Amino acid sequence: MREYGIPVPKGSVTKRASQAGKIASDLGSEKVVIKAQIHAGGRGKGGGIKLASSPEEAEKAAQEIIGMQLVTHQTGPEGKKVKKVLIEEAQEIRQELYVGIVIDRSQSSEQPVIMASAAGGMDIEEVASKTPEKIIKVGANPVTSFSIFQGRKIAFGLGLDKPLIGELSAILNNLYRLFIEKDASLVEINPLIITENNRFLALDAKINFDDDALYRHPRIKGLRDPDEEDPLEVIAKEAEVNYIKLDGNVGCMVNGAGLAMTTMDLIKMAGGEPANFLDVGGTASPERIEKAFRILTSDKNVKAILVNIFGGIVRCDRVALGIIEAASNMDLKLPMVVRLQGTNSEEARKIMAESTVRFEVAEGLYEAAEKAAKMVI
Amino acid sequence: MSILLDKNTRVVIQGMTGKEGSFHAREAIKFGTKIVAGMTPGKGGQEFDGIPVFNRVIDAVEKEGANASGIFCPAAFAADAILEAAEAGIKLIACMTEGVPVLEMVKVKKALRGTGSRLIGPNCPGITTPGVGKIGFMPNFIHKEGNVGIVSRSGTLTYEVIYQLTSLGIGQSTSIGIGGDPIVGTTFTDALELFESDSQTDLVVLIGEIGGTAEEEAAQLIKKNMTKKVVTFIAGQTAPPGKRMGHAGAIISGGKGTAEEKVKTLKDAGAIVESNPANIGMAAKRTLEEQGLL
Repeated sequence: MREYGIPVPKGSVTKRASQAGKIASDLGSEKVVIKAQIHAGGRGKGGGIKLASSPEEAEKAAQEIIGMQLVTHQTGPEGKKVKKVLIEEAQEIRQELYVGIVIDRSQSSEQPVIMASAAGGMDIEEVASKTPEKIIKVGANPVTSFSIFQGRKIAFGLGLDKPLIGELSAILNNLYRLFIEKDASLVEINPLIITENNRFLALDAKINFDDDALYRHPRIKGLRDPDEEDPLEVIAKEAEVNYIKLDGNVGCMVNGAGLAMTTMDLIKMAGGEPANFLDVGGTASPERIEKAFRILTSDKNVKAILVNIFGGIVRCDRVALGIIEAASNMDLKLPMVVRLQGTNSEEARKIMAESTVRFEVAEGLYEAAEKAAKMVI
Repeated sequence: MSILLDKNTRVVIQGMTGKEGSFHAREAIKFGTKIVAGMTPGKGGQEFDGIPVFNRVIDAVEKEGANASGIFCPAAFAADAILEAAEAGIKLIACMTEGVPVLEMVKVKKALRGTGSRLIGPNCPGITTPGVGKIGFMPNFIHKEGNVGIVSRSGTLTYEVIYQLTSLGIGQSTSIGIGGDPIVGTTFTDALELFESDSQTDLVVLIGEIGGTAEEEAAQLIKKNMTKKVVTFIAGQTAPPGKRMGHAGAIISGGKGTAEEKVKTLKDAGAIVESNPANIGMAAKRTLEEQGLL
């Protein structure tokens, strides 16, 4: 944000509470704020943001925050362990604004939309659902990009004092440049404050980047923080398997995201609980299938496995070989239901029948889910 | 008549000499598709199974009369490939490539306006009209010629549904996978309008999923303009709310995008919503029977 000319407070990040006092005194500010650094919003309400009036207080606050299991409405009930804090100069806030940019998928738009609200700070989602008129939105056509009049439209709409109109316009323009140049899918400053001295400052911000564009942003790719991701999901990403861990006990391996979601729906419908979402992708090779098996069985809650493959590009006979190889390599003991439908499914069934791997065959979609659900009851 | 593909469709495959492109070009030919040219920059002058390969799409248009294109090139070049096809005057462009950056699609979609070119995809299985041909990679054996139009955001789930229909003896007029990306060329509403005005189509099956507002937009069109019945299914009813960051997504969608919301909106619009994915084919059959169209 600093690079793009967006004003941010002075401060630095540390993993050690013992450093917090020094950072605070170096800032030379009368009051400092200690902020938990996790990838989720709602930190203040969860006790992850504290104010301190002296270096000693800053150190004490950092001690309390580092290591805590911070629960917010965006972390899930298990919360997230705080490993780092940001210590920055505290601000005298006159007003809190919200500004954000996101791609609006709706057909009438299909372009980045810049949003702003004078009701910034906490509970912006509630503002959006209860009083949507308090949020000003302008679309930016990529051909003309963000125009000055749109900045004015937002700034006047927020009812800002005249001297601030041009400044906000410039901040929004810079934010839009950041969004486009860094291939972001979301940029959000909440709150963007107006200080007692009538200056803007971005006190907190979130940026999401388009995974598909990371290949041209090596620096952003380097910012990835594995601490903030589920370890299994990190391994899955490396294996190019699309995996999301859930809380159930029926592990599933499916090709295609839509069919994977549908398989989860079916497991639930049949009385089971899916343990994961796992899409092995369109070109699932035996190697990738083995990796997928390893990922889904390393979740110790998994008590049964459902394999549901509809072979289009993927050939079922190759999937069958992959399953057999993986099962014998891993000495897989879990009960398993296999449904292989589509290209070369006859050959696949033959291969599976002749193998020593223990499994149940299913023909229909619902039948497969029912059999898997029964295994865990 | 089916939609978009017919006997006069002449296809150029962009990225034909690549691994995916070559495999699926051969499959499409087996299915009866008129593949008249390939296009791979630098490989112009070569032949692929007797089909000429060109350096530029415009050559395929001028020398072989290509009027449709299937794109199988890597993600980093897909936006460029779509623009090249459109500039060459190709009217139907299906882009199967997965992983195209969203902001590139924002620009491409704006650029295509007014060109007369229709884009399907990206990140989609393409389009298939049984008895005529296909662009993309839906498996050949699942289809059967008939009177049900299919439009879907998914890939393998689409095959599943087509296969259910075919197994019940119900054929399809045309099946379109519009792709799962945030910005796609042809939308649900575009496809529904095409099926509504197609004489071969008696019923439409629409496969949606959670996220975005495409199903809600489809519901509006169903309510206003569709005389034909639409059978729908929404995937992801049990998916937990995503681990999202920030608020902008929720603000922009204004509470839309959940499975319950989509199901309710579609029901209110008069669509038939099947909740069990194993019974989508049955739901279509039942509806056809009720209408006396089987």
